[in-house]
Amino acid sequence: MLSELRTMWEIFKHSFTKADTVQYPEEMPYLAPRYRGRIVLTRDPDGEERCVACNLCAAVCPVDCIALQKDTREDGTWYPEFFRINFSRCIMCGMCEEACPTYAIQLTPDFEMCEYDRQNMVYEKENLLINGVGKYPDYNFYRVSGMQTAFKDKGEGRNEARPIDTKSLLP
Amino acid sequence: MPTIFIDGQELQVNDGENILEACLNAGLDLPYFCWHPAMGSIGSCRQCALVQYQNEDDTRGRIIMGCMTPVTEGARFSLKAENATEFREAVVESLMLNHPHDCPVCAEGGECHLQDMTVMVGHRDRRYSGKKNTHRNQYLGPLIHHEMNRCITCYRCERYYKDYAGGTDLGAQASHDHLYFGRHEEGVLESEFSGNLVEVCPTGVFTDKPFLKQYSRKWDLQSAPSICNGCAVGCNIAPGERYGKLKRVHNRYNHEVNGYFLCDRGRFGSGYVNSDARLDYAGIKQADGSYMAVHQQQALETAASWMQGKKVAGIGSPRASVEANYLLRELVGAEHFAAGFSEAEAPLMASVRRILQTTQAMIPSIKQIEAADAVLVLGEDITHTAPRVALALRQSVRNKSFELAEQMGLPQWQDAAVRNLAQDQRSPLIIVSAMETRLDDIASQCISLAPDQIAEFAVSIVEALAGEPSSNKQANQIAEILQSAKNPLIISGTSMVHWGIVNAAVAIAESLCTEPSGCMLSLCIPEANSLGVALLADKSSPSLPDLVNSPPEVLLVVENDLQRRLNPQQMEQLMSAGTLVISMDMLENATLGASDMVLPAASYAESQGSLVNMEGRAQRYFPVFEPAAERLPSWQWLLKLAALTNHKSLSKIEHFDQVVAACAKSQAEFTNLVDAAPDQSFRDRGLKIPRQTHRYSGRTAMNAGVNVHEPQQPHDHESPLAFSMEGLNRDQPAALTPYVWSPGWNSNQSLQKFQAEVDGPLKGGTAGVKLLQSSASGATQKASCEAVEMQAHHWQLVPVHQVHGSDELSVNTDEIAEMAGMGFVSLGAAVAHKLGVSEGDGVVLASGGTEVSLEVRILQRVAKNCIGFGLGYAETLYLRAGSLATLAVDAQWQRPQPQLIASDKATPDPIVAEGGSAHV
Repeated sequence: MLSELRTMWEIFKHSFTKADTVQYPEEMPYLAPRYRGRIVLTRDPDGEERCVACNLCAAVCPVDCIALQKDTREDGTWYPEFFRINFSRCIMCGMCEEACPTYAIQLTPDFEMCEYDRQNMVYEKENLLINGVGKYPDYNFYRVSGMQTAFKDKGEGRNEARPIDTKSLLP
Repeated sequence: MPTIFIDGQELQVNDGENILEACLNAGLDLPYFCWHPAMGSIGSCRQCALVQYQNEDDTRGRIIMGCMTPVTEGARFSLKAENATEFREAVVESLMLNHPHDCPVCAEGGECHLQDMTVMVGHRDRRYSGKKNTHRNQYLGPLIHHEMNRCITCYRCERYYKDYAGGTDLGAQASHDHLYFGRHEEGVLESEFSGNLVEVCPTGVFTDKPFLKQYSRKWDLQSAPSICNGCAVGCNIAPGERYGKLKRVHNRYNHEVNGYFLCDRGRFGSGYVNSDARLDYAGIKQADGSYMAVHQQQALETAASWMQGKKVAGIGSPRASVEANYLLRELVGAEHFAAGFSEAEAPLMASVRRILQTTQAMIPSIKQIEAADAVLVLGEDITHTAPRVALALRQSVRNKSFELAEQMGLPQWQDAAVRNLAQDQRSPLIIVSAMETRLDDIASQCISLAPDQIAEFAVSIVEALAGEPSSNKQANQIAEILQSAKNPLIISGTSMVHWGIVNAAVAIAESLCTEPSGCMLSLCIPEANSLGVALLADKSSPSLPDLVNSPPEVLLVVENDLQRRLNPQQMEQLMSAGTLVISMDMLENATLGASDMVLPAASYAESQGSLVNMEGRAQRYFPVFEPAAERLPSWQWLLKLAALTNHKSLSKIEHFDQVVAACAKSQAEFTNLVDAAPDQSFRDRGLKIPRQTHRYSGRTAMNAGVNVHEPQQPHDHESPLAFSMEGLNRDQPAALTPYVWSPGWNSNQSLQKFQAEVDGPLKGGTAGVKLLQSSASGATQKASCEAVEMQAHHWQLVPVHQVHGSDELSVNTDEIAEMAGMGFVSLGAAVAHKLGVSEGDGVVLASGGTEVSLEVRILQRVAKNCIGFGLGYAETLYLRAGSLATLAVDAQWQRPQPQLIASDKATPDPIVAEGGSAHV
């Protein structure tokens, strides 16, 4: 009996709390910067595409809505020849962002993706790529990786020693 | 069988194996790097550490290496002991000190043994703050990509390349943490088996270069069990597809055939499947010589109307499946079915067929070839005619060392010790050939003779074996070696297009069969299904010249480029206006260009069929992906054609399994064909076998660019495999294993989870079935062989087979074409000196009315009066084995410039470090 009365009282109290519901779209709700909405592909601080087409986002995607094909640039770096996200399947779970080893794929607080035609929910690379670094301002994967590129010789990466001279007898 | 205890668990293990093998056999996950089932143990990586205890009371124990410790009765080990797990983790941590941060851009990622082992030992965080060692990479040719930073110095590459495959140009350099694996200078890897480095390397140092250009992760590849159609060995392969392109070919383990390894033709030679020269639509030739594309049905109806009431003949193909050839034979009738061999090849294949059916000698599998302790090779350069057999021969010469090891009580897997013990002692391998061969380096004796003399020489061996020592001392000596061997093997084949050699080889084998040891006989034949189509042809079958002489009204050509089998005049006569020619093939070629109707055929990767290899083993290949455009597998074209022409028996047949059944019923030789693989009704736990991995990605996006509404997965009504990720890839029959993967084992090392025991057959048995049972009535036939009469200033032409270049299909792959180079003539050093030419110069070769300019290659060992010509090149197409030729220096010759293909420029020019590799 006492418990029931208490429950009624608790519910009654809620009549006076401030409503969380807002009059969207007239009134825009606040979305945290880490809100998981529309996916973008970012660029590194040097302005190059960050995506190296490692396929991890596609592998981890629970609805399999990411498809891409790796290609190699003239300078030796990997990049996606095409990169496609089918947003009509995407559940904005953010696992692709978590899996991405280069901070290329990031989720943004934009969730307003309404289309009359479902085909328009399919985003290609040119629709996904932004001109910015997103949440991670200073990461460039190729500075860390051991791979030689046109702009970075062997041994010039972060934490790398000069290439070994195999003919040397010195320790 | 000794009993050992691992973590208190009692295990029955095989006598003579090591603890690592025992653990893997028991299904325990013990990490390892340097050990390989085919290459044994050297204990260099220190990864497979366990704790061994003296007895039940011992609680401290000591750390031992699993791969170096033989099992002994009652021995006690622990895998889970804390010091063992810590040790294993520390080993991986130390390997990781210099391992680059490359996984996202590494072609090994996702199927990397190092990734698997790192996860398995639980190493996660880097504690070392020092700098990482780096290395310069080398250009190793168009097939293999080198990224030396990723090396963990397990020595597997060197042990495979040098010790196992007999290569000389890759090895370890420098010492301690400067260790480097590569060539002495940049350049194309010489070994014909270099591609296996990709699978042998536990990390990403050696990766598949053509695959890298169109890379997809292992989990994204759709694979199916398939059979290599590069030669007659019939290696099992697992091609992988993504986005409608054949991406790569991996080895598919078959205990009795290819084991763990493929040759480079098999691994890299499938690029033609994606070629722009593939036919997409059926076409009918117009009056002006152009082709009008027509729909499948329209083409079929036209073809049927052409065939109605006419005299129709068919030409089969040694590279098409048994089923396609069978259907063609039924469609046109056996008396109008030509097997599609050239004039010289046809009688040879007929006699090979007869020999395999009647010989008393054993026809060995590759596994059995490895066990031979004395080998005589007659006339073949096996490395180029049946490459995988040559790799087996390289193992067979090691039987001497195993014999010595046994005397010393050393187990075979103690690789370094066994090699040290034997030094240069090898089992005898005697090569009698016209030119130097790639196996000369391990041969105990090399004899250079012209083809006719090889046959003669072999006959004197037969005489010596029969107890009448001939005047030829070498022959007597060889007879003695063969007689004293426990498991002798005679290898010959059709590559010299010389009936006498094959027949004499058989005679040697037959006379050795009277000895208690018996004898093995292996005959190399030209193409993937040469034997299969030879079995289909009977005495009433016409030969190609027969068809040329009495052309039919309608001619059906199935997957056969007749330009390679006929001379230009014959070709023109056969394709003349009087005959309506209907050809089906994959790639544009001269035959298609001369046909009145062309039908686009599916490649091996898009169709299903059986191939009969050189030992008479029928093996089934399955489509990896659906044929694009209007391509159809040849057997489907023929079935549809049969239905439209109301063929009395074939028009009732609709499905592949019915074709196989009908073929099996038609001829005693094919009775077992149905057992080559399970039929399409096979289900594993109620489901078909999936072609896709359980982690196949992008299914809802890959077609979304075209249409967001996802199409249904294609259904495969013909095979027990599904174009799907649903189903289990576990414990199914071996013929249905599309790929290997096991939880925690993403790399190809997961194979051990599919094997019944380490290095044993798969849990699902061995794929394929032997078709031929020999009646053992004796196969030798007396035959007179006309010796080539030599003339002054003339040389006898000997065909030189090339692993890259001689095969019709693989050479349409860019990388293989680059390896193949251009048509060449092989000269002995003396002849070259006399002509005044050196390697790379040009000569004009004149023979039988044709005159061609060819590049000179100089050989150390060439039989007197012989010169070789590269077989299968466009320039040498009309040169015939055994004919006479004259040579003259080509004054207009220009040395070809070394060409770089686009992929080589992807990595920038190496900037040489101080005193770096440029000083070589």
